[in-house]
Amino acid sequence: MTAYLIAAIFLLALNGFYAGRNRARSIRVGSRLNSLPQYHGIHVALWCGLPALILLVLWVSFEPVVVEALVQASLSAEFRALSEDQAVLAMMEIRNLAQGISGVQTNLPYAEDAATMLTRLSRIADYALVASVAVVAILGLGLARSHITLEFQARQSVERVFNVFIFLSSAVAVMTTVAIVLSLLFESFQFFKQVPLHEFLFGLKWNPQIAIRADQGASTGAFGAVPVFSGTLLIALVAMLVAGPIGLASAVYFSEYARPRVRDVAKPILELLAGIPTVVYGFFAALTVAPLVRELGLELGLEVEARSALAAGVVMGIMIIPFISSLADDVITAVPQSLREGSYAMGATQSETIKYVIFPAALPGIVGAFLLAISRAIGETMIVAMAAGLNANLTANPLENVTTVTVQIVVALIGDQEFDDPKTLSAFALGLVLFAMTLILNVVALMIVKRYREQYE
Amino acid sequence: MNKASHVSRVGRSPSRLNQRRFRAERRFRRLGLLGVVLALASVVFLLGTIFSSGYSAFWRLQFAVDIQFDPALMKITERPTAEELQEVHYLALFRKNLERAYPEVKKRSERRKLAQMFSESAPDVLRELVLADPTLVGETRRVWVLASSSADMIAKGNAPRDIEEKRRVLTDQQLAWLDQWEEEGLARNRFNTRFFTSGPSRSPELAGLAGAIVGSALTLLVTLIISFPVGVAAAVYLEEYAPKNRISEIIEVNINNLAAVPSIIFGLLGLAVLLNFFGLPRGTPLVGGIVLSLMTLPTIIIASRAALKAVPPSIRDGALAMGASPMQTVFHHVLPLAMPGMLTGTIIGLAQALGETAPLLMIGMFAFVADIPSGVVDQASALPVQIYLWAESSERGYVELTAAGIMVILIFLVLMNLLAVFLRKKFERRW
Repeated sequence: MTAYLIAAIFLLALNGFYAGRNRARSIRVGSRLNSLPQYHGIHVALWCGLPALILLVLWVSFEPVVVEALVQASLSAEFRALSEDQAVLAMMEIRNLAQGISGVQTNLPYAEDAATMLTRLSRIADYALVASVAVVAILGLGLARSHITLEFQARQSVERVFNVFIFLSSAVAVMTTVAIVLSLLFESFQFFKQVPLHEFLFGLKWNPQIAIRADQGASTGAFGAVPVFSGTLLIALVAMLVAGPIGLASAVYFSEYARPRVRDVAKPILELLAGIPTVVYGFFAALTVAPLVRELGLELGLEVEARSALAAGVVMGIMIIPFISSLADDVITAVPQSLREGSYAMGATQSETIKYVIFPAALPGIVGAFLLAISRAIGETMIVAMAAGLNANLTANPLENVTTVTVQIVVALIGDQEFDDPKTLSAFALGLVLFAMTLILNVVALMIVKRYREQYE
Repeated sequence: MNKASHVSRVGRSPSRLNQRRFRAERRFRRLGLLGVVLALASVVFLLGTIFSSGYSAFWRLQFAVDIQFDPALMKITERPTAEELQEVHYLALFRKNLERAYPEVKKRSERRKLAQMFSESAPDVLRELVLADPTLVGETRRVWVLASSSADMIAKGNAPRDIEEKRRVLTDQQLAWLDQWEEEGLARNRFNTRFFTSGPSRSPELAGLAGAIVGSALTLLVTLIISFPVGVAAAVYLEEYAPKNRISEIIEVNINNLAAVPSIIFGLLGLAVLLNFFGLPRGTPLVGGIVLSLMTLPTIIIASRAALKAVPPSIRDGALAMGASPMQTVFHHVLPLAMPGMLTGTIIGLAQALGETAPLLMIGMFAFVADIPSGVVDQASALPVQIYLWAESSERGYVELTAAGIMVILIFLVLMNLLAVFLRKKFERRW
């Protein structure tokens, strides 16, 4: 229904546009308008559409809350006797009954009545919504249309609305960041009420399995995140050991050695790797690379676990290659040509120039690129969710299976979520750590890159 | 620098030293080439693995069975109504006909093995045939039925054939039937239309991507509707309007940092804010689209700003000099010129969003939804999520489906990127 209402508002606003424009044209005869007719039209359309849309959004978000509160108020005596959990369950039963979901079992004597009331109130609310939206839209249209005079500054008015809109749009990024920080902090706070902060940061045992039923009291779960952090770093390290040399070598080759034609063909192919969804890498790691690594290990007489850190890390490294290679390519290309020519003039070969002149000059940029790549590796989810381990294991041996921050977030949130259970909440604490780590890495990397750039500009 | 010593020694023994230096040069150059070759090899290896394990999913093995639509077996009258036909126990009809076609199979366990050669969709095929043409009743007709996933895998070579019976997906007898039918022309391969027309299924041979494709399309539609206007407006503000002050600087730094936030964090945001706080429906394209648009906004804003920067200031000055207001300048002159670049950036952002899995998992777009979603507030899955679910499934028959699903998503990505390149090439202007 909401969709139809939105469409109706749009049609009405469109109508408002024509009404406003035509009126402006009709009064223009013989004299000069302050604003062009179409601005009068847009002005009327905005007055007609915007308040109605805002009302609609507010109404839709608050209607269920208000209606249920009314129903609960009518149930007062019996309902207040229930505990909080029971109340939630009772409301759910009432809601299901009201929606006519077949096979709903209820043993609440008043559920039927409450459900009828809920249905009735929702229907009344819907009618009221349609009526009030219509009133607001038509009132806005009429008012704005009656405002149209020769002197009325319609364009200025429209531009003010537009300016507010574009400012709010650019503020969305800030609001998103604030929302991320607040939601992570809020849920983490709930988590740290149940699990002490020092245990989370320094504990060596991670086992978030919580008793499924209340009588399974024995297992309360352990939330020492050190093995999770160490696993994340181990896989990121393996990834960087793969991606660092390969990425850097190809960046050097592309920027210093490759003929333009080779570069034009090979570079886009390499950048294909950056466009492939990570779930594809995850499948590749689990299906092909993990068994391969395992067999290679057996040949060498090594015990390799099926979900080894090595396999996940290598594949993640492949994913990061284009990232490092294009960033490093940029910084190497940005080294002024005069430095190269100076070095050649001194008789240095190309490789000597690269090693002794270009690398030192580009080093800050390359370090920045590596930091960005590490941050990418730490935050990567699907590869490790599909190819790394699920159980926390404190080890530095890449042949064993380890788990990562992102895997634990996925494990905690797939399946039943209960927002009073530390297992679910632990995802947000881990998310907070992840967010902080990647943010610091990015800020430092951007600072290094920026300073380096200023040096040569 | 130690370069000086090299140079001074060149005079004394040029040939030996230079030979060493040139060898080092060649070695270094080869190392660079090795890096490129390794990187390209991994592209080839990756894509090669996907294609070689996925192409077979586009065909499905079918077996022919002669079905006698016997009214007695179907327990109906000679002139049945449509309802009666709907109610017929088609599984029994299929089983009875199998028994008739293979009278030598007597033991119950063997009969079960025989029936297991066929997909469990066989009764549905019979029902559809009869409902489409009720005159079939009383006739005998050769009907092509999908093979079971196990038979399909053996026939395609996706499961090993020459191993001991216990570890093989088919028994010796089933293998003999498969060979016999292939020889007699009772087995054929047909294009797997189901893959594109049906939703997920618990049997690999019946599973398809349609639900996931529609889910992804709806999600991307929501993403486009939100992120394109907001992204363009933000870029216009930052590039054309924003005063050089602290607030603009904060916004700018923020956008750059947001671009590097791991996608899973956006999933947590969606879960905590959109689902728990605002109470939006879980696992729907609406929520997925909102989350993905927050994620792609930085990409679109950055690309749109670059496009706006590329419009020469003389255009703006000219418009302003003619008496246009700032908004008129933007709408009539700057935006039309920057639009191709903005569209390119948006398409690239959407391509990224299409491949995202983790945030969609967080907001619950992984439920098993058999129906194809019909709106943005229906429970839905998405392409990458479906691929993830298939990849995590323990049944071997899903491996080729996973790879085939990846091929489909890669094709979509290639198409989107080609469109972006085309737009850029076609409308690019240089001043």
